[in-house]
Amino acid sequence: MKSYVGEVGTADTAVIRGPGEVMITLSVNGVPRTIPIEPRVSLLDALRDRLDLTGTKKGCNQGACGACTVWVDKRRVLACLTLAITCEMREITTIEGLAGDGELHPMQTAFIERDAFQCGYCTPGQIMSAVAFLAEGHQPDDPQIKEWMSGNLCRCAAYPHIRAAIRQVRDATVAGGSDAAG
Amino acid sequence: MSPAIGLALDRVEGRAKVSGTARYTAELVLPGLVHAVLVGARIPSGRVIAIDTGKAERAEGLIAVLSHFNLPPIPGKPRLLPSLVGLAAPGESFFPMQDEVVHYAGQPIAIVVADTIERAEHAASLLRIDFAELPAHTVLDQVRDQAYEPQRIFGGMLPGRNSRGDVEAGLAQAKHRIDQTYRISPNHHNPIEPSATTVVWDDVDRLTIYDSTQGPTATQMTVSNLLGLAPGQIKVISEYVGGSFGSKAMIWPHVTLAALAARQVQRPVRLALDREQMFHSCGHREEQEQRITIGARADGRLTALRHHKLSLTSPFDDWAEPSLQSPGIFYDCANYEGVYRLARGNTITPTFMRAPGEASGMFALECAMDELAELVDIDPVELRLRNFAKTDPSTGNPWSSSGLRECYQRAAELFGWDGRDRAPGTRRDGQWLIGTGMAGAAYPHAVPPNQQRARARLYADGSAVVEAGVSEFGTGVTTAMRQVAADGLGLPVDRVRFVGGSSDLPNITAAVGSAGTGAVSAAVHLAATELRNQLIVRAVADQQSPLHGADPATVTVEDGRMRLHDRAEVGETYAAMLARGMTPDVEALGVWTPPPLTTPYGMHTFGAQFAEVAVDADLGLVRVRRMVGVFAPGRVLNRKTAHSQLMGGMLWGMSQALLEATLMDPRTGRWANPSLGDYLIPVNADAPDVVVETIEVTDTVVNPLGVKGVGEIGIVGAAAAIANAVHHATGRRIRKLPISLEDLL
Repeated sequence: MKSYVGEVGTADTAVIRGPGEVMITLSVNGVPRTIPIEPRVSLLDALRDRLDLTGTKKGCNQGACGACTVWVDKRRVLACLTLAITCEMREITTIEGLAGDGELHPMQTAFIERDAFQCGYCTPGQIMSAVAFLAEGHQPDDPQIKEWMSGNLCRCAAYPHIRAAIRQVRDATVAGGSDAAG
Repeated sequence: MSPAIGLALDRVEGRAKVSGTARYTAELVLPGLVHAVLVGARIPSGRVIAIDTGKAERAEGLIAVLSHFNLPPIPGKPRLLPSLVGLAAPGESFFPMQDEVVHYAGQPIAIVVADTIERAEHAASLLRIDFAELPAHTVLDQVRDQAYEPQRIFGGMLPGRNSRGDVEAGLAQAKHRIDQTYRISPNHHNPIEPSATTVVWDDVDRLTIYDSTQGPTATQMTVSNLLGLAPGQIKVISEYVGGSFGSKAMIWPHVTLAALAARQVQRPVRLALDREQMFHSCGHREEQEQRITIGARADGRLTALRHHKLSLTSPFDDWAEPSLQSPGIFYDCANYEGVYRLARGNTITPTFMRAPGEASGMFALECAMDELAELVDIDPVELRLRNFAKTDPSTGNPWSSSGLRECYQRAAELFGWDGRDRAPGTRRDGQWLIGTGMAGAAYPHAVPPNQQRARARLYADGSAVVEAGVSEFGTGVTTAMRQVAADGLGLPVDRVRFVGGSSDLPNITAAVGSAGTGAVSAAVHLAATELRNQLIVRAVADQQSPLHGADPATVTVEDGRMRLHDRAEVGETYAAMLARGMTPDVEALGVWTPPPLTTPYGMHTFGAQFAEVAVDADLGLVRVRRMVGVFAPGRVLNRKTAHSQLMGGMLWGMSQALLEATLMDPRTGRWANPSLGDYLIPVNADAPDVVVETIEVTDTVVNPLGVKGVGEIGIVGAAAAIANAVHHATGRRIRKLPISLEDLL
């Protein structure tokens, strides 16, 4: 298993680590955390089982449902298909780090107001995707929302309300936060 | 103070869910927790000859490999009984790992326990299990000739045959006749949270089970029964459940296996099923076909209805989802016969899946009625109104409430149905063929057969806590019960907290069959009103109370203040009275006795579904453009959460119509597509906006608040409306689910 430590970006610094436990440092929600893990541990299991950040959900563990969506360096990735050890020196953002302590991100508020979930299990992944979708600069209309949000399954089928929540945040942003109607 | 019931309040647990702090069963942190992985049979029939554990035992972190070779047999014998009953509710009359026999693929053969999930999974992959394989039957076509008519189905709860009048005589009077067979693929629930159980033995004879379940008590009773422990030795906690749709309505073997594993390794054990195991471990909607024979007079009035179902069940149980119940009472037809036939195969016992029975049975009936409307050449809504059942045709009893006629009218109006051109295959929008269709919906109102309880406690500061042992799996029960309790106590909603999620709380049935909200709201309402009455009685007896000496019947409570009904200035708050008496809290139990089965009313929930589809003329691709559903679920406790559930149900109907099929490979006897990549469910792009309305009908029979539930009725009829719209678009009748591209090419 190869991992890039220290001076990132040059092949010379490649070292073999594992297959036993190795110490890695992950920066999650702005906080560096050092943990012993085997290199085969996914980012998802590292977050949930080692760092006790269980807001990121395990739905399929196969990259099919999107419940484990987090950001790595501000890009959405599926944590179940990402090895934790490859995320050293990168900034990981999970649902727990989306807003300040005790605060809610406008997307989280919109999800509550629009009832964009029922069981809530896919919700953190939906929200991480939804915030990223607006930040990625797509045309934020319904066809584009549908397309770019289709990697996150919701078995309760709250999809129309998920779209309404995204429109609410979009419109509040466009209107400078004055009008949050969807 | 206006009533809280009916308001569209946000979910109380919304903040926890959107911020990731809501902890589901596999997310609880326990000291010394270890991980168990189930290993299932890879053959559908045969015997386990040997399990070579050598490599696994040398793997890092391994704690134990458990199988029938080293686990003591369990003392209990599972007997399938729907969890609505409130007793032990195993999903099948079979418990694995008792001997070497394999009855179905995926049947648990071994449990591997290790210190981390990766190590447990790796060690499990190192097990070498030798099987002696026997021939297996896993699809209906292999066992069709061995079908039999069961005495009773559904865990013994329903007869295998129902009839009234004389179907042959009715058919002899008919001018028009429909005789068609509808085929329905197996379906899997696939909640996004896979089932998980975490078990801690607190002592040698006492355990706590954290379980993703629709009923904490169902888990408690089942494990108690199987392990030969008293219910009081087992505490079950189930706070947040990540969807279920029936997959967590029964208590499947993995729950008790987790308890056995924890006892064996003497550590807390977490056993979470993986996605593939979700296809083998908690039942499914069974493969089935339904034949419908309808006779009708020239004007479309039904003279006979025959509905036969043939489906695949397990070696252990006479299970069929009850597809014939609602279709049997939906139309005014004197001559009716419904018969279930079963054939046994190498499969886990099938189980409840959203609208178990009605989703398939009403599909068949409502497609057949569309065919009849075409034959009679009248509007499909008009055909339904001509055959409208003013009373329950199976008994002649009045409906406890209906609203069906209003649902048709309102849905037709919202959809813009009037003036619809009935000719099929004549509308085009570019390459798309456009069609519209409709169907009726019905779902029986199930009631538990025994008393249901909740507890209400008011504190001296005027705040209240109300408790019942339900779990929150997305129904919104936590929010709605707060509203019920607030109205019952005369408190603002924000002064009331509802607590569920534990078997230690007052006993309430598993939230199944759309009966959960009815049962728990009844018990909560009775607990709250009982407590309010106690407090009023206390006030009028208290010499220091301004209400002293008043007739309790003249006292009302508003905003936490008791006062005379006609003299608002005479009164005092709960808090003032309790503070004066140095009383920290007052508590009451609400006990609801459900109406008996002999209640002389037909109890059903009704609705109407309309859909517009576009079918690609060249590719056969079906897109649902619009859906309108109007339902009459009695009283709606929370408009927001209820409408969300109905919307989800309608989209489930779309999914049933166009996407969902678990494919059995009869050569291997295994599901061929056990993943969320291959078992299709709607993504955001598949799901159109949906128009949902409810018509509130007063029902004084079903329960104190007249709540009939919204969990299932939303899916019923939706697939038929879409299939009928596909016919209207293309002129082709597709009599199978799901309707796929190749059916329309």
